[in-house]
Amino acid sequence: MNIREYMKHHTVLLDGGMGTYLQSRGLGAGELPETWNLTHPEIIEDIQTQYFEAGANVVNTNTFGASVLKFSEEELEKTVAAAIAIARRAAAKAKGDQAKFVALDIGPTGRLLRPLGDLDFEDAVAVFAKTVQLGVKYGADLIFIETMNDSYETKAALLAAKENSDLPVFVSNAYGADGKLMTGATPAAMVAMLEGMGADAIGANCSFGPDKLAPVVEELLAHASVPVLLKPNAGLPRFENGKTVYDITPDDFCAHVRTAVENGVRLAGGCCGTTPAHIALLADALADRAPRKILPKQETVISSYTHAVYFGARPLLIGERINPTGKKRLKQALIEGDMDYILKEGIGQEEAGAKILDVNVGLPEINEAEMLCRAVCELQAVTALPLQIDTADPAAMAGALRRYNGKALVNSVNGKPESMHAVFPLVKKYGGTVIALTLDENGIPADAAGRVAIAKRILAVAKNYGIDKKDIVFDPLAMTVSADPHAAQTTLEALDAIGKELGCHTSLGVSNISFGLPHREIITATFFAAALERGLSAAIMNPYSLDMMKTYRAHAALHGLDANCTDYIAFCETLTDAPAATAAPARKAADAAMTTLREAIIKGRREYAAELTRTLLTEKAGLAIIEEEIIPALDTVGRGFEEKTVYLPQLLISAEAAGAAFEVIRAQAATAQADTPRKETVVIATVLGDIHDIGKNIVRLLLENYGYRVVDLGRDVAPETVLAAVLRERAPLVGLSALMTTTVPAMAETVRLLHEKAPFCRVMVGGAVLTEAYAAEMGADKYAADAMDAVRYAEALQ
Amino acid sequence: MTGEILLFDGTALPPPCEKEILRYSAAGGDTEETKALLRRCLAALPHDTFCYRVCTAELPLRAVTQEVTDLGFAVWKSRDLARYLAGCERILLFAATVGTGIDRLVLRHGRTSPATALLYSAIGTERVEALCDAFCKKMAERYENNTLKPRFSPGYGDLPLSVQADVFRVLGCAQKIGLTLGAGGLMSPTKSVTAIVAIK
Repeated sequence: MNIREYMKHHTVLLDGGMGTYLQSRGLGAGELPETWNLTHPEIIEDIQTQYFEAGANVVNTNTFGASVLKFSEEELEKTVAAAIAIARRAAAKAKGDQAKFVALDIGPTGRLLRPLGDLDFEDAVAVFAKTVQLGVKYGADLIFIETMNDSYETKAALLAAKENSDLPVFVSNAYGADGKLMTGATPAAMVAMLEGMGADAIGANCSFGPDKLAPVVEELLAHASVPVLLKPNAGLPRFENGKTVYDITPDDFCAHVRTAVENGVRLAGGCCGTTPAHIALLADALADRAPRKILPKQETVISSYTHAVYFGARPLLIGERINPTGKKRLKQALIEGDMDYILKEGIGQEEAGAKILDVNVGLPEINEAEMLCRAVCELQAVTALPLQIDTADPAAMAGALRRYNGKALVNSVNGKPESMHAVFPLVKKYGGTVIALTLDENGIPADAAGRVAIAKRILAVAKNYGIDKKDIVFDPLAMTVSADPHAAQTTLEALDAIGKELGCHTSLGVSNISFGLPHREIITATFFAAALERGLSAAIMNPYSLDMMKTYRAHAALHGLDANCTDYIAFCETLTDAPAATAAPARKAADAAMTTLREAIIKGRREYAAELTRTLLTEKAGLAIIEEEIIPALDTVGRGFEEKTVYLPQLLISAEAAGAAFEVIRAQAATAQADTPRKETVVIATVLGDIHDIGKNIVRLLLENYGYRVVDLGRDVAPETVLAAVLRERAPLVGLSALMTTTVPAMAETVRLLHEKAPFCRVMVGGAVLTEAYAAEMGADKYAADAMDAVRYAEALQ
Repeated sequence: MTGEILLFDGTALPPPCEKEILRYSAAGGDTEETKALLRRCLAALPHDTFCYRVCTAELPLRAVTQEVTDLGFAVWKSRDLARYLAGCERILLFAATVGTGIDRLVLRHGRTSPATALLYSAIGTERVEALCDAFCKKMAERYENNTLKPRFSPGYGDLPLSVQADVFRVLGCAQKIGLTLGAGGLMSPTKSVTAIVAIK
């Protein structure tokens, strides 16, 4: 029988600990348990026979750490083949007539994925794929991904399982004391992502005893529409009289797990510290227990790597600012590959109250697929908000959805057959909630009934692709009211009907309504209020717009969505100058006393420096401001730093104030279609294997301040990537940073490659472990002792 | 994987020390602006930024000569370590981490405000040192009949960083406390410490 069939009607008993049990059987400290499949197969077989005889339906192979990161391909194949054969023998020989299954056990790689660690997502997928392929080849019944403490790595493992097999896949995470994964995901976020990708069972294992995992299990059960599994430890390990002991007795363990099963858990076993004795007790406790029915939850949900966001509870604000349409400064940033500008827009909108960020980087001048993928990854490094992946290019959408850490909002599909054919398979594979526009090959119906009819058709086609109604959010399209006086009413009627007749959630790009009219915000905000009143679930809007935020906050306060009007009151406090005046009177007074931009930069007053620059721009040219105010200020601070009267944080604070002034000048130049003058291009990177980038970011900030165009390749950059960028940009100068002695060889290799293939380019190196002698030995042109030293060197080359 | 896991909640540690943080951020004669920014950073720290975890094991020393320490699961060459371990028969090996929250904050601000990122990074360093202190204090209470020497980390003196692979394998850091070792020998989360404590 197939486990998928079996678990429909039964509570499934899983096995107990392997690694910890092996220690009691003689596994030495630091010895890899998987090696015992080849060296001590009889012991592994004995343990697994005991688990089956205790009553387990599913026994995991001894392959927790079996991956190409720890074994050669040849060793890996032997190990996995042996592990499955051993478990099969145990199943055949064990007494007991229960259904028995052998699960290919897959644990974490032991490495953390980028951006927090150094393992690339696709490399992780490839590592898991190898093990999965062997599991399929040697006949495992299912794949059991377990003890994952990072959502991104979990996604990589599940993706590898799905891409390389048709086997059922169970996915189990290790939650921390705070009820979250180490990298921040809540159980609800994991359910959203894993269910979206098609996991057959979702759960929690390891971490703690079943008592402490109860809140995690409760949250999983509240949101999951697939079976929930639980495989806890026998408590926390403690060292006592020279032995590792676990603090929960088998009886207590059993009682807690039984309660979890009564609450709805459908698959139960144990992890570290549990033995066949625990499983036998559990088998008795769960005998004749009819499994609880699983109710489909019908939640329309998206997630990030930390949290789930649900449609319906309260209207969701989707920040629309990362979209180049009509935004010259953003266009310029995209063409220049200036990711920081995009990241600032992301963080700014989050601070302004957006709950989801739309990401659209479509421009004819750039490779959209590449840029969208990069923007999604980089935004996910700086913000925990879920993203709405916004593109008309299916290839770009596929790339971004694959790399997205969570369950994304997908913008968009429409009623055209080719659109549905392109988008729905991607949503099915990677998970996602998709925005469906109510238009088709005949355009946008003029009346509400026509738009609802398209919505119905979209739902029917989605169903054929295995996509549930709950994963579709309709956008009934706000059309310009200046072109059609009934446009707003039609949209609102369609909105109403989709909510009431189809029971679906809705989203609108609201600002389109006022196109072509003066004082657009009056019309947009009023329309927004009307749409909210009709039950709009989400709006793509400008969170910086005061009128829109006023409408939103007032709506929430009036509809019982803002207890004690707390959010409304907090919002109002930002509307007046009062808090600035009362909270920081000294600051205000100090600002007022500083009359020049130069002083504001030296003192590091970021906002004030920007404000002064705006004023100065009405009197003189950007270039003059740079030369007369910004550069002299930076020189003053830089000299102080060199003379050790100014320290690093202060240098940076001043540099950031200068950066704020520059940004004002740059924005004005973008609008005026004028070029801000720039000096040469400098390519900078932290070398391969090194993920520290504070030092590199400091150098970059200062170089930019001095007018250089900086191409920042980021952290953990391969020598070939640096070379490619230097050749592409014809950059006369490269800056390399390394913080660890272990990554110095990678730096030396990069220097060598650059000198060989790009002899026109000078290479300066820096970083905590480097010395003048080290730098000379690897052939670098310059050892930069600190950021100012790097700037001085660049200036000397001019 | 031998040994045990210890979780510390924030109250078991002293609150962040401004002076130490400024020291770690290379702020010598720190200015009012720096102090003000640090206070803003500390005030803006999300309450769940840190997750303090330690995994540890007591291990016997098989043999210590002038140059070589045989730990049973690995043999390390280091004169400085041998000197440190002279006369001891057992060690505590531990790995401590404050989690990924602070790395996230450094990433978030690194591109838009390096000054803020620098200070958050220094806060993380201060926290993991405070965690190590709290752990060592707790162990000193447990080993009240012995003397525990000040901790000694891979990378100190002539003990190479490459021994980290052995430390991670024997402690099972990834599974126990979510601490991983990258290809270049870097630990992630970055605000983490591994160390040896000699038991005398």
